[in-house]
Amino acid sequence: MEISDGSCSTASMSCTLGDLSQPDGSASLTHGNTQVAAAVYGPCEVRLSKEFPDRATIEVIHKPKVGLPRCEDKLRETLLRSIFETAALTALHPRSSIQIIIQEIEDQGGLLATSINAACLALLDASISMKFLVAAVTAKVKHDGSVLLLPQEGSTEKDSLGIITFVFREPDKSVVCSFTSVGTLSLQQRNQCLSLCQEACDTVFKFYRECLENKFSKIK
Amino acid sequence: MADAFRCALPKEYYRQFIERDVRPDGRELGEFRPTVLNIGSISTAEGSAIVKLGNTSVICGVKAELAEPKAETPQEGYLVPNVELSALCSSQFRPGPPGEQAQVLSQLMVNIIKNFHSVPLEDLCVVAGKLVWVLYIDLICLDYGGNLIDACVLALTAALKNTALPSISVEEETQKINADITKHNMLQLACTPISASFAIFDNTILLVDPTSEEEALSTGTVTVVTDGEKIFEMDKSGGSQITSEQRQMCFRRAFQRHREGIKLIEDTMSSVDR
Repeated sequence: MEISDGSCSTASMSCTLGDLSQPDGSASLTHGNTQVAAAVYGPCEVRLSKEFPDRATIEVIHKPKVGLPRCEDKLRETLLRSIFETAALTALHPRSSIQIIIQEIEDQGGLLATSINAACLALLDASISMKFLVAAVTAKVKHDGSVLLLPQEGSTEKDSLGIITFVFREPDKSVVCSFTSVGTLSLQQRNQCLSLCQEACDTVFKFYRECLENKFSKIK
Repeated sequence: MADAFRCALPKEYYRQFIERDVRPDGRELGEFRPTVLNIGSISTAEGSAIVKLGNTSVICGVKAELAEPKAETPQEGYLVPNVELSALCSSQFRPGPPGEQAQVLSQLMVNIIKNFHSVPLEDLCVVAGKLVWVLYIDLICLDYGGNLIDACVLALTAALKNTALPSISVEEETQKINADITKHNMLQLACTPISASFAIFDNTILLVDPTSEEEALSTGTVTVVTDGEKIFEMDKSGGSQITSEQRQMCFRRAFQRHREGIKLIEDTMSSVDR
């Protein structure tokens, strides 16, 4: 439906909202060469065993590019769920379910961050009420100690000392979630990554705004 | 009366204690439960360890098998960690295929070994391209009393430190594999990761080493795995208002826990033969 281009200090982002007809909201996000499609259903009926009397259940399904979902997809699912359980206003829809389905299309670094951002855009497209928006940014520390943001053209896991993803919320830019996906970092490197990511998350929030502005300008 | 209060209003019950900087089980907010470690208790496994962290108990066994290496890494052995949460350990688990929590824990073990490079995979190579060791690391939870991650990581590290592989020789002509069971080579670990987990209570208070009850009441968790300077973090604080000062406290506590953990492993190792 919509195409919009924003730029991040890493690579350009582009997104189409609502290109799937069946889900209540959907987003296809391309960040550099990493691409993810996200769909949101809900609030809809929930399985009895997962029902909560006071809030909605958030269910996240993460599908890999090929093959059946593996343990690493489960780990991503729990990370995403922990973020959106607090970000979405689940208390508005008791005894119901909000399903977030993520399909990996291409992973050239920073898959976790792109999945989180795509899920956030899909939730916005589905008009699910949220307490705050979240933006995920991935940083990589190279062996020589230099820090850069992912995804980046021609960057591989091999030359990295560690890769860390931070998730921030609007407006105070406090950390909602963080995860070291590759390698390990020293405390100093970690804090360096944090401040770099914190700066870069503004571009993501700006990008969200542009995407939605585009969507609503078309409807009018 | 107190039991009824705890049952009906668990959060309020906890608040009463936490106001006085103490937890219902008598611990301070930054205090781990007493940790008991036993190494090498399974004689049929190549390496083993049992960890008791308060009520949480986890047993870890390392089995070694010979196999062909993967085509992309002909000079490296590989590890297959698996965490089992059977119906035995808690009513929240059902028999059948591994649930989400078990899968996530297994993946975390994989990530921790991989990220820290704690096992030098080249050391597991017997004949390059032909024969390597595969280490099956099975972690079984016997009693679920909360904070499974810390118990699993400690059991994993201790069991790997205890692992000894029989020396292998391959006859050139017949390709026959001879294992010398009398001679063992200890697996040399490159590093020893130890973790520390925190539950966030009422969005602001950090509780170290949460029990299962505290986990259920928490609004988020933070796990920090450390070795020396190196940090692996998994922060699921969600909407909780954790200040950066509190996060730095988590790292400091994790470094301290690492020293405690290493000392515990070394003390236990020195008291057993192998």
